[in-house]
Parts: sequence; C-alpha cells; structure tokens
Amino acid sequence: MTDTATTSRPVLSVENLTTSFKTKDGWNAVIRNISLHVHAGETVAIVGESGSGKSVTALSTMRLLPAGRSRTEGRILLDGKDLLAATEAEMRSVRGGSVGMIFQEPMTSLNPVFTIGNQIAEALVLHRSLSWKEAEAETVRLMERVRIPAAKARLHEYPHKFSGGMRQRVVIAMALACRPKLLIADEPTTALDVTIQAEILHLLRELQREENMGVLFITHDMGVVAEIADRTVVMFRGDMIETGPTGQIFASPEAIYTKSLLASIPRLGTMGAASAPKRFPEVDASTGNAVDGREMSPVAQTASPILKVANLSVRFDLPHGRVHAVEDVSFDLHPGETLSLVGESGCGKSTTGRAIIRLISPTAGTIVIGGQDVTKAGTRELRTMRRMSQIIFQDPFASLNPRITVGSAIAEPILAHGLMGRRDAKTWVAELLEQVGLPAKMADRHPHEFSGGQRQRISIARALALNPKFIIADEAVSALDVTIKAQVSNLLLDLQEKHGLAYLFISHDMAVVERMSHRVAVMFLGEIVEIGPRAAIFDNPQHSYTRRLISAVPVPDPVRRGLRPEPLTEEIKSPVRPFEYVPPKRSYREVSPGHFVQVTTS
Amino acid sequence: MARIAQALLRRLGGMAIVLALVVTVVFIIVRVTPGDPAAVMLGSDATPEDIAQLRTRMGLDAPLIMQYGQFVMGILQGDLGQSIFLNQPVTTALAARAEPTFFLTLFSILIAVTIALPVGILSAVKRGTIFDQIVVTLTMVAASVPSFWLGLMLIQIFAVGQGWFPASGYGGPGTPFLDRLHHLILPAVALGVVNSALITRFTRASMLDVLGDDYVRTARAKGAGEGRVILKHALKNAMIPIITVIGLSVAMLVAGAVVTETVFGLPGIGNLVVSAVLRRDYPVIQGALLVVAAIYVLINFIVDMLYILVDPRVRL
Amino acid sequence: MNTMAAVSMPFASGLRRLLGNRAMLCGAIILVIVVLAAILAPWVAPYAPNKLSIVNKLKPPSMINLFGTDEFGRDIFSRAIFAGRISLLVSLGVVAISTVLGVILGVAAGYFRSLDAPISRLLDAMMSFPDILLAIALVAALGPSLTTVILALGITYAPRLGRIVRGSTLVLRELPYIEAAVAMGLPTWRILTRHVLLNLASPILVQSTFVFASAMLAEASLSFLGVGVSTDMPTWGTMLASGREYMNNAPWLMVFPGLAIVFSVLSLQLLGDGLRDLVDPRLAKES
Repeated sequence: MTDTATTSRPVLSVENLTTSFKTKDGWNAVIRNISLHVHAGETVAIVGESGSGKSVTALSTMRLLPAGRSRTEGRILLDGKDLLAATEAEMRSVRGGSVGMIFQEPMTSLNPVFTIGNQIAEALVLHRSLSWKEAEAETVRLMERVRIPAAKARLHEYPHKFSGGMRQRVVIAMALACRPKLLIADEPTTALDVTIQAEILHLLRELQREENMGVLFITHDMGVVAEIADRTVVMFRGDMIETGPTGQIFASPEAIYTKSLLASIPRLGTMGAASAPKRFPEVDASTGNAVDGREMSPVAQTASPILKVANLSVRFDLPHGRVHAVEDVSFDLHPGETLSLVGESGCGKSTTGRAIIRLISPTAGTIVIGGQDVTKAGTRELRTMRRMSQIIFQDPFASLNPRITVGSAIAEPILAHGLMGRRDAKTWVAELLEQVGLPAKMADRHPHEFSGGQRQRISIARALALNPKFIIADEAVSALDVTIKAQVSNLLLDLQEKHGLAYLFISHDMAVVERMSHRVAVMFLGEIVEIGPRAAIFDNPQHSYTRRLISAVPVPDPVRRGLRPEPLTEEIKSPVRPFEYVPPKRSYREVSPGHFVQVTTS
Repeated sequence: MARIAQALLRRLGGMAIVLALVVTVVFIIVRVTPGDPAAVMLGSDATPEDIAQLRTRMGLDAPLIMQYGQFVMGILQGDLGQSIFLNQPVTTALAARAEPTFFLTLFSILIAVTIALPVGILSAVKRGTIFDQIVVTLTMVAASVPSFWLGLMLIQIFAVGQGWFPASGYGGPGTPFLDRLHHLILPAVALGVVNSALITRFTRASMLDVLGDDYVRTARAKGAGEGRVILKHALKNAMIPIITVIGLSVAMLVAGAVVTETVFGLPGIGNLVVSAVLRRDYPVIQGALLVVAAIYVLINFIVDMLYILVDPRVRL
Repeated sequence: MNTMAAVSMPFASGLRRLLGNRAMLCGAIILVIVVLAAILAPWVAPYAPNKLSIVNKLKPPSMINLFGTDEFGRDIFSRAIFAGRISLLVSLGVVAISTVLGVILGVAAGYFRSLDAPISRLLDAMMSFPDILLAIALVAALGPSLTTVILALGITYAPRLGRIVRGSTLVLRELPYIEAAVAMGLPTWRILTRHVLLNLASPILVQSTFVFASAMLAEASLSFLGVGVSTDMPTWGTMLASGREYMNNAPWLMVFPGLAIVFSVLSLQLLGDGLRDLVDPRLAKES
C-alpha cells in the first residue's frame, strides 16, 4: 500500500533498544536489542503474547516509564532526532505533539472528573497555543472526524456517559489533535467487542490515509495484524524473533515460534464438511508444524433434552430504569451436544447461563432440567438440581479458592453431598485430575502453584466431580493464551465425547465457537436473534446482526484483507429501558430445519 | 438536574433513617444502666421520696415504649430534657458551651488540612525519597501520640516554660474574641497535629493510587507537564476519597475535643460531658451524644454532596 | 485480582518478608517487649507498683528509680510496667469483642442481600458517635469497671471492623470460586466458613491490629478522664491524670507514662502497616 514511502527517511527509527527494570537483584533487561522503522503512511505491528515486552517497547519509545526504576539504552530517532538525548521539556512537545498515543483500556484511560471536551482541548491548548475557546471549536471538529455522533452536544459530557468504543474514539481524537506524524497504538481494540473493533480499525486506517501518518500498532491478535499491518515484528519474551512484510510473515514464517503461533490461532471457516465439532490443530512445539484435529464422533439423537429453557427473562431495576438483561429466551440442550451462546458484552449471554443454574433469580420463564421444573425449586430440590449442572468461569485466577488445596476443592462437592467417604473421594479426585491431564499427585498443592491453563483444567475437574449432565462454560477459554486455549478446548471436546456431556458454551469468540459447537444461538440486547445448527449459522447467516458479528472477525490472512463490508457506525443500544417499557412479542421464521431467525418488526 | 435532585432526596432519606437509629441507640444506652438511674444519680444518702420524685421528673415511671415516645416527641420539639445538676434545660447548657468546641474543632481541622494536603501530595510525588521516608515515619509516630498527652507537653513547653500562651481556660465572660482565640491555639495545635497524621497518610496513599491510573498516563502522553499532571489530573481524582477522610476526622476531632477540653480547661461541650458523666447527669449525656451524632451525620451528608460536585459519576 | 494474589501468598515467603520489612520487625520487637514486661511484671518490676515511700516522693530519674518517683514516692518504672497489664488486657478484650461482633455483622450484611440495608444503617448510626464519646456514655451507663470498659470500647469499635468485613465480603461474594461453591450446592454455612471467612482472615487480622492500637489510646483517654477502669492498679492514663498537678516540678511523671503509650501504640501501627503490606502487595510497593 505504501511502497513509495519506504524509500524516504523513516518517521521513527528504533535502534538496538534495550530497556531494563530495577529489581532487588540489580537491573533486569525486559526487552533486548529491538530495532524497527516506521515510515510515513505505513503501519508496523509489534505482535506477541503476554509478557513479550511489546508494551514496554511502546512506552520506552515515548520515555513514559518511571525514570528512577527503568533504564533505556539504544537510539530512538524521531525524524532524525534522538529522543533519548532530548530534555524533558522537548519530550513534552513530542508527546501529544508530533507523536500521538492510544492505549488499551478505553474505560480507564480518560479522566473521569473532566469533560470529554476539556480533555481533548487540553492537547490543543498545550501544543498549538490555542485559547480554550478556539480549542473548543477545534475539538468539535476533531470529534466529528473520529465519527462521534452529535459531537457538539456531547462536548460537555463526562467519560462515564460514553461506551467503550466511543471512549476509544475520544482517545483517538486526543491523539490526533495536533496532527502527529506518528501514532503509537498499544492494543487499542483488545478490550472492545469485535464489531466495535472492526469500526475502530476501519477508522484508524482512514485517518492514517488522510494524514499520511506512520502507525506503530501493538497487539497480541494475529487477525488484527493481518488486517492492518504493512510490516510486522514478532516478539517473544523480550526479544525480536522475526520481522518482515506482513504478507511474508504469514505466508512463510521462519521462526518456529511464529509458525506455532500462526498454527494455533482459531480461524473461521476451517470446518470443511464436518458436521460435528472438530478438535483444534495439534502444534509440535519443536518444529512449529501443525496437524489439524479430527472431527468428534456424532451424538446419538435423544428424544428428551437435558435442559429446556422457555421464555426466560431476567430484569433488574436501576434507579433510573430497568435492565432487560435477558428477554424471552427459549432453547433446548440435548445430551452430548454443545449449544453456544454468542454475542457481545451486555447481550445477556452470561446472565442467561447464571439464571439457568439459579445463581441469579429469573424474572419469568421456566427452566426444566432432566424433566423436572426447577424454576421455583426450594432449597432441597435446588441441591439435587445442582448435582446435574455445573459451571466453569472465565478467570482462571479467581475460580479457585486460594486457601484450599486443589484436591480438597475438587473433593468438596462430593463430600458436601455425602456421595462418598473421604477415602473414595481421594481416589476419585486423583482420577479426575488425570482425566483433565494433570498428575494426581498435584492434589496437595495450592492454586497459586499452577499456571492459568492448569487452573482452568482444575476448574473443569471440579465441575466434573459430581458427574453432571451438563456444564455451562462461561467464556471458559477466553482468557487463555492462544496455544493454551486450543489445548483446553480440546480437553473439553474429549470429555464431552467420553461422558456424553452437554455444554452451554458462552463465548464472544466466533472462531472458537465454530470449532466447538453443534448448534449456535446469537444473542443481541437480551434476545436470541438467530439459532440453529452451527453450519447454518456460519454459512448462511440470516439476521443482520449475525452477519455483522461474523464479518467483523479479523481474518488472520493478509491476502483476504479488506474483504469485509463497511461496518455500521451506530452505537449498540442499551438494554436499559424506562420502567413502563413492555418488550414486544417476537416471532421467529424457520429458515431450514432447526434454523430459526427472529423476524424484525420495526 | 432531575437526577441530582433525585440523588439528593435518596441521601436525605438515608440520613433520616440513620438519625432515627441514632436517637434509638442513645435512648437504649441510657436505659441499659443496671439498677435505678435515679438512685444512682442521687447517690447513697438520698431518701426514697427524693428518688421517687426524680423518677417522676425524668419520666422513668412510664412504660418503656411511652418513655421512648416522649423522648422522640421532645427531640422533635427541640427539647432534650432538663439537666438535674445544672438545673437548666440541656439545650441551654449545650448552647452555652458550643462556642469553644466549635472553634477548637474548626481550627484543628484547618491546621490538620493545611499540613496534610501539601505534605501528603509532595510525599506521594517524591515517593521513596528521604523526604517521603521522613513523612511516613513522622506521621506514624504522630498517629501514636494521645492528643491529650501532646496537649500536656505543649502546655509544659509553651505555656509554663515560655509563657507564650495561657495554660488553660477560655477567658472570663467579657474577654475579647481575639483573646479567647489565643486560648485556643495550643489545644487546636495539639488536636490538629495528631489528626494531620491520619489525613497526610491518606492523602499520600490516595495520590499514589491515582498516579498509577491509566488516565494519568494519558495526560503524560498528551504532553502535559508534571505540575499539570499532578495538580489537575491526579489531585481532583484523589480528592474524592480524601474528602471522606476529612469528614471522618471531624468526628474524631470532636472525640479528641472531649479530652483536650479537659486538659486545657476549656468550657466546651466535651468538658460538659465529662463532668456530666462524673455526676451521672444522664439527660446531659444523652443530649450531648445526640447533638454530636447529629452533627456527624450532617457532615457526612455534606461530604456526600461534595462528592456530587467533584465526581460526575455519582450524579447518576 | 490483587487481593487474590495476596491471599494466596504462602506462609514461608510471608515470614521472609516480615524479616525483610525493618519497620514491621521493629514494631514486632517493641510489642513483644511490652507484652513480656506486662506478663512478667512481678518479676521484671524492681518494686511493687503501690509500694509507698513518702521520704522518696517526687524523686527525679536515677539509678535507683529509673523513671523517678511520684507524689507518694512510688516507683514510676514499676508502675508503668504494671500499668501495661491493664492496658493490654483491656485492648485484647476490646479486639476480641469488636472482632466477633464486627465479623458476624459484616459477613451477614455482605453475604445476605436482605440483611445488608438494616445492618449497614445500624453500623452507620453507631459510627456517628465519636469513639471516645460513645465509650464514655456506655461506661457512664454501665458503671466504671474492667468489664464495662472492655464492653463499651468493644461495642464502639465493632462497626469499624463490621464495615471492612462487609466490604471484603461483598467483593468475595462475586468471585467465581464462591459462585462455583454455590453452583456445586454446598450448604451456606460451609461456604461462609470455608470460602468466605478463610479468605477474610488477613484483612481481619490487619484491621484488628489497628483496633488494638485505637483501643490502647482510648483506654488511656478514658482513665485519664477518670471514667476508665476503676482499680487500685495503675494505668498509664491514671498515672498521667494524677501526675498533672506536679507537672511543673516533676515532668518525669508525665513523660514516661506518655512514652509508654506512644511506643506501645506505635509498635502496633508498625505491625499493622507491615501486615497490610504483606496482605496487599499493591499497597506494599507504595510505601
């Protein structure tokens, strides 16, 4: 895209950058000998997993690390001027002036006690010596440039009134206020929903083209890299592993690490003719080569579902309105199958899961588990019900009680329900640990001795302890690094095949969902807008939201870049309604056997 | 605006409930006295007739629920009962002693805040330096000193030793205002210094917390200088919890005033309470408790209102 | 996440950090000395606390009377050591009562939604009384004795712990491992003991240390005002109260009991601060 630019002098040249942090045992280098160049109009991505040092690289470049406790060596040339030799005053005019920065957390990177207008205008006042009045007019223009609707009216609002996507636009407006030559974006879309991410990426690309900026883009997501980067730097534990044009890195990666990273990413559209879920590819860590996983054996059709949810609604009241978190949701879950609930944050998918096992009380509807209506179950019936259903959560670090050994955590439900004596329970715990791929002797250890992936395995073992009929996996693999994610997902598939478990798989990650599911239900603003067999949903999506959701997933293939349709720029509406609001009765149309789509009324 | 009014109403409602509970707690405290309060108050050489008379005067003969009703009705009409020993209404007794307590509390909070805010902020900004370490150590020590003991030491040094300040009292009835204030300097310093320790430590912690926040990094990335980052972006956020602690420490100052007034012989509410306790003058104890608690609840309410000014998120 | 990381810290590394934290170590050493001196008072103190010796009255500190003597010729050093007994006894009692009350109220309010509003309002109302004032009123009502002072201060400080415990319980209740425990059908009492209380132990310990310090200060204030423990045994507060009259001529009457209070309270503050740093590494890196 920017072949002409590469011949000129780069906007940013980083040469042999080494940054060390002060520790008890002296200086400890966290990134070593990083060299990269960004030209005008070009996007360079730094990609790596957590702990690879990619963010430290960005912060070092702008000298934003705490002075006494960090040390940066090498050369950082911005337009030929060495930033490491610049005075603090010169750095201040660089930051926000010739270099703009965007960070990962849109929810916390704006100051909560100042208005949006004030915060954007501040950059203008600082660098372009405008008066606050002039700056305000310019601020409105900037807000319009980053496509914030009703910019003028929203000027005097505070950040908490803005959604995550809108806040990130504000941060971008702030970064672009002084027409910087270089934009450093540190995971700017990681905390955002996938459709919002698509919009922000699109916006960034447009702005870059208009301004002919250089962009240094830091991310862990290979899909995003493929989508936007001209050149890519792969980092691993503080070292540069590989660098080159993005197309070349994806087509013929040289480093083993890059190869295995690319092989592990869940990709959409790799199911072929499979009808059942398919295991994730197994990657050989020593060569980086991968073998695609096998298709799971088909499930025997049974007449009666293990879980039957009908017209489930969950609402709760806020001082200024009512949240319709889940509205009129109905579905069945059959033994041995996986039904995925997909959708973006706030769509009610987690609330649905938690209402089913009565972690929160449903407002209306019925829940039938194993033929028994548990909607109004009392304490005793609830306890019986709890032996049939289990839940696995997202955060592996908060899912286990840190004070209790994993063995006794797994044994606890069995003992509490009086199903076994202590001795039998111990044998059972050992068996469960082996089933989830951990040595039985680890039962005596405490959670802090395990990695995130191992902890998630322990949570699975604990969920299996009562021999449940179905398990709710609430974003169970979402927080894990790419390679671990594939392994734990494969474990879930194996356990399902072995025990005939049913999963309600709640996830926002469409690529994982495609691999894991028999059926998929798409949720939007508390309602199911489309439900059907996995192949039908992914290959023949009917509802506009389903289509948007699938098309917004970045494709980890630079060749297919830009195939996606123009994303919508409207903000997702809120499920908070006035108290007098009565949700309309929805009807569904059957597209093909088992594939239903909500009929849009308005 | 409607939302602010709504928030205000909600907090007013909460305040009313807490006040009702305060009244009830005060009522209960005075009634848990083992034995007959009238007999306790009059001492061992009282005749049964005297005791019976006092019981009637205090309304102790009525059933508890009636007593409670009368108590609440009285409070609603601004009647806190009659002091047995001072032979005057409790409200009059309290009003007569409000001035020294009010100014003592006011001056000590001013002293505390004037020391605490700059020192706390500076200490956070210069974290890990010698200055910071000295501040941390000093505040720790100051928080361990009983304010009455510090008062005694100050009297010894500056009143008895140097003669700069009066050792005790508040001047006679006709004393000019400035002279009365002169009497308050040592007690206010004693109370203020001890309380500044708490506020300093809190300010420091709160600033450190805020300085690590993402939006501070955003401000730096925008090219804002350190002064601007600290005084504009960090401080306004740090103030939110600091306001709470200042509000809380007003209550602690009132508690400290009880003892400090005794040490400096100030004729304030604290002094009144202590002598009432020694004389078992229950109506006075009851009245003072009520008034002080009500003031505390009011201060909390004001703090809540300040929140609305400082933190736009509360305006939901 | 921060509290979790803190909570999961193994004991051994906790011990290592105790030794690494000089301020905390200092606090622990002073506290051990104070406690030992109080327990072993009859053997440690050179004189009986109430032994009169009119000829020796108001003697300044010397090798014979380390801290000097009071208006009755009693040895200040010995009296200060014995006074530690009352102070520690009262404070320990206060910590026990306020912890038990505070934990019960706090856990109940934090875990059971329906109890939250009433208990929280009650705690608010209790917190509206300045600590000394509430204690004074309670002592006035119940009569001055060891038990009433302990009871009064215990009731006074219970809401402080109650609030902290409620706050931590609210956070804990939302954690996945508690939700998992509910989903597994564990009985509520088991969730409360094994999952909630076990993880509250550290914040409770830290807060109790600070209540201990506050109780010592409050007890000294009460006895200084003459509404404290009525006993013929000396307390630091009564020593200061009776020494006041002679302050001008015999300042040692005021200095040593005062320093005894300062050092005891300081040791607890240092200990509490250090413990909090151990429990919450996020705060630790800040000091």
